[in-house]
Amino acid sequence: MDFVSGLRCRECGRDYPAEALHVCDYCFGPLEVAYDYEAVAATMSRDRVASGPRSIWRYADLLPVHDPAPVDLGAGFTPLVRADRLAAELGLGELWIKDDTANPTGSFKDRVVSVALTKARQLGFKIAACASTGNLANSVAAHAARAGMESVVLIPHDLETAKITMTSVYGGRVFAVEGSYDDVNRLCAELTSEQPTWAFVNVNVRTYYAEGSKTLAFEVAEQLGWQAPDHVVVPIGSGSQLTKVAKGFDELWKVGLLDEEPHVRISGAQAAGCSPVATAFAEGTDAIRPVKPDTIAKSLAIGNPADGWYALNAIRSSGGACASVTDDEVLEGIRLLARTEGIFAETAGGVTIATLAKLAAQGVVRSDERVVALVTGHGLKTVEALTGSVGVTATIAPTLEAFDEALAETDGPIPTTAARSPR
Amino acid sequence: MSITVRVPAQLRPLTGGASEASVEGSTVGEALKALDAAHAGFAERIFDENGGLRRFVNVFLADEDVRFLEGLETPVTDGQTLSIVPAVAGG
Repeated sequence: MDFVSGLRCRECGRDYPAEALHVCDYCFGPLEVAYDYEAVAATMSRDRVASGPRSIWRYADLLPVHDPAPVDLGAGFTPLVRADRLAAELGLGELWIKDDTANPTGSFKDRVVSVALTKARQLGFKIAACASTGNLANSVAAHAARAGMESVVLIPHDLETAKITMTSVYGGRVFAVEGSYDDVNRLCAELTSEQPTWAFVNVNVRTYYAEGSKTLAFEVAEQLGWQAPDHVVVPIGSGSQLTKVAKGFDELWKVGLLDEEPHVRISGAQAAGCSPVATAFAEGTDAIRPVKPDTIAKSLAIGNPADGWYALNAIRSSGGACASVTDDEVLEGIRLLARTEGIFAETAGGVTIATLAKLAAQGVVRSDERVVALVTGHGLKTVEALTGSVGVTATIAPTLEAFDEALAETDGPIPTTAARSPR
Repeated sequence: MSITVRVPAQLRPLTGGASEASVEGSTVGEALKALDAAHAGFAERIFDENGGLRRFVNVFLADEDVRFLEGLETPVTDGQTLSIVPAVAGG
């Protein structure tokens, strides 16, 4: 049994049954899963979590579906890595990287898709679908294959090669749409009305899907010894992940798994070429003006973010900030994280790290805080972004002489093996 | 101007289940008001108290978000299609 008491409109409070509904019939506000937190608190404990699987499903009591055999490739329980070398570069103190590149298809989307398709299957759906900037496409195609479901994935036509390959290899149907992600999203929102037997994970089952992102907060707290951090930096595409991370910390407190009430500052990271939330934050307005994205951070290139307004609220009410970074800064962010911590992030991770660097330089993220940065996708997905900015040190003939000569021309401390005399 | 309006599943009870409706109007706003005149109930569902579009309602003219055009004042031409789409999707 799950602990879901129903769905509730975030705007007008109308109640709905726990079915494949994502917006309020009356005001179109987003529906949110409502839980019986008293029942969760009476059941869920640190020991119960610790004895669960090493995946998101260890937190099943706070997820919207229970299934003894969920649609699962092992999403979640990814490393939380202490990042002292990066912290030193940025002038920070205690810094951690939540390394979600380690998920089965290389991004945090496995968390939300595992939840969405487990619920979709329970609701009787046999076809999984989505609108995606790439990571979701990878994950839906893979999880659908795992579950024996058919999949229909719609993506912008100009995605990175790896993301297209990593989707189509699973054998589902993949449609490249001649337009932006916002065009794809609009098309899928319309298709949902025409194809009611398809589970569009981020449309008609989005209410359940989005809940999967709470597991990022659950894991961070558990991995810190059941303590919430002081500050979390989260990339913003639709804004859903950020709002759910905030909700996750609140829920842990609500059900009694934390000793101290969390006061987590949540800061948002966007690419300058698609920064509707950062712009609204900077202007101090409530209105999120949609934009036409132009950035290498394609996984965050959502010009009309569905949860932008809620993300903005979560940032402001937590005392966080929201900033944006240029594509050059994104690439430097990727290289900085790789160089200091050995983690290769996709462009969205570069956005997070570059924004962290910017907020640290501004004194918004402080050296007396315990900081967690969410790195949500693997660098192999977006290698072409780095073409021309990283490469081999030298191309040489297969001889010791050529190697010595080339090594001597490099910078830095490596050539301590001068003990070997020149031939 | 005769305009086709595509209606999302959530609002089809207002059109007797039809996924499209034909209306007259020379702007997006006029067309949507004509839709309410023909199928009572649309206005309170898609407009806020100030007469603007609700926060979670997107309207597309020929597949372009009217917020990138002139909003409800955007002129429409004969035979164009308007889509009403719930905004909460994606990501």
